[in-house]
Amino acid sequence: MSVGVLALQGDFREHADVLRSLGSEVTLVRRPEELASVTGLVIPGGESSVMDKLTRMFGLAEPLRAAVERGMPVYGTCAGLIMLADTVLDAIRGQQSIGGLDISVRRNAFGSQTASFETDLEVPALGEAPVHAVFIRAPVVESVGPMATALATIADGRCVAVEQGNLLGTSFHPEITGEYRFHEYFLQKVRSAAFRG
Amino acid sequence: MTDTTSTEQVDSAAQFGSSRVKRGLAEMLKGGVIMDVVNAEQARIAEDAGAVAVMALERVPADIRSQGGVARMSDPDLIDSIRAEVSIPVMAKARIGHFVEAQVLQALEVDYIDESEVLSPADYVNHIDKWNFTIPFVCGATNLGEALRRITEGAAMIRSKGEAGTGDVSEATKHIRTIKGEIARLSSLTKDELYVAAKELQAPYELVAEIAATGKLPVVLFTAGGVATPADAAMMMQLGADGVFVGSGIFKSGNPQERANAIVKAVAFYDDAKIIADVSRGLGEAMVGINVSDLAAPHRLSERGW
Repeated sequence: MSVGVLALQGDFREHADVLRSLGSEVTLVRRPEELASVTGLVIPGGESSVMDKLTRMFGLAEPLRAAVERGMPVYGTCAGLIMLADTVLDAIRGQQSIGGLDISVRRNAFGSQTASFETDLEVPALGEAPVHAVFIRAPVVESVGPMATALATIADGRCVAVEQGNLLGTSFHPEITGEYRFHEYFLQKVRSAAFRG
Repeated sequence: MTDTTSTEQVDSAAQFGSSRVKRGLAEMLKGGVIMDVVNAEQARIAEDAGAVAVMALERVPADIRSQGGVARMSDPDLIDSIRAEVSIPVMAKARIGHFVEAQVLQALEVDYIDESEVLSPADYVNHIDKWNFTIPFVCGATNLGEALRRITEGAAMIRSKGEAGTGDVSEATKHIRTIKGEIARLSSLTKDELYVAAKELQAPYELVAEIAATGKLPVVLFTAGGVATPADAAMMMQLGADGVFVGSGIFKSGNPQERANAIVKAVAFYDDAKIIADVSRGLGEAMVGINVSDLAAPHRLSERGW
């Protein structure tokens, strides 16, 4: 049983390192046959418009959509969250998403890099200790539809983490702060999906 | 110097411009291609082709080289027009040591500053004190010592220099191999030898010891200078680069759109020769180029910076 990390662009190595340190076997996914071999998938941080193009050019977009529909657990951070959103606001011309999360996400919602920041967040689903979160030209979830659940908001009330069934998404990057609880939470979904098999 | 207008609205406890936030953006650019563009139209082509960021400048290095004269920071109007055109990150170049150009670029809210040897240096002794800024900096390096000195000054990303504006990848190869080789050598040294290595590298001992222990730079390492084909870009990735800057190589070629897209694909599948072969077909003319060995020493940009 191996967990995949989409490895077309972005900080996929950091995700692979976190998953390995939690005891998972990891497969880097760039081709449909690699996707077919994994029981869950992380879509990393990076540039969502580039990931969208490459997944379509190399025949991964449709298999990804099918996997999400089948109920495969998928966790997206930042660009990965955008890829999982049903609606993307401020997308580049022609940009598409895989979808699955009943949310609208605004790309690059805080402005240029000088507005990027780190802060502590309350995430009740992960326990009492706050999550230290890094937002880098980050998206925010502008509206959460009835199928999805908000897991965390920043001080001004905007939603930055969501869950819907086996899908999980965060605007920020636990993979670069040594915060393992989101990945553990995701791996629980992978294990119970495999058990139900 | 910090722009905090949006700060309080978001979160009073938020920290802006920390090392983690600055280095983090470079982490997100990994596996990507950063393209030089000189106007909004080229920026649009770059974004459509899958660039992970664009470098906004007035003249690509090949033109700086052929036209000569002093090369400076771009006109703010040009940078604004490129920022208005695309939503991927926009970088811009400041002259080595020109901290006021850097202040201007930060005020223009670009996403990254390249303190670049491609422009004419403004200070032949000091580089910019990059810790003073909220915005992150990328700096060039030809070897590990130069990379570590830039990181000590606050650089949040390093690019090996290569020889910009030539279309000759040999210097890029030399610089990435040198940096990687010197890192590998550090990993084999004992503690007493590391003190000497730090002295030789003219870098702080703590940073040298950290690299010896981890086997890598604490920041992302891209390659630049002379990359003109998909195979050039893939070779840089196989040599251990985290990503690639392409300057004159795209918009000085016969078919910029196709070539840009081909280089993006070759970087993502850098270890798959079949895909690199496929994307290399029918791209038209590559930039003509200059052999670095034909350049007189004073015209070698990579020797700027120290």
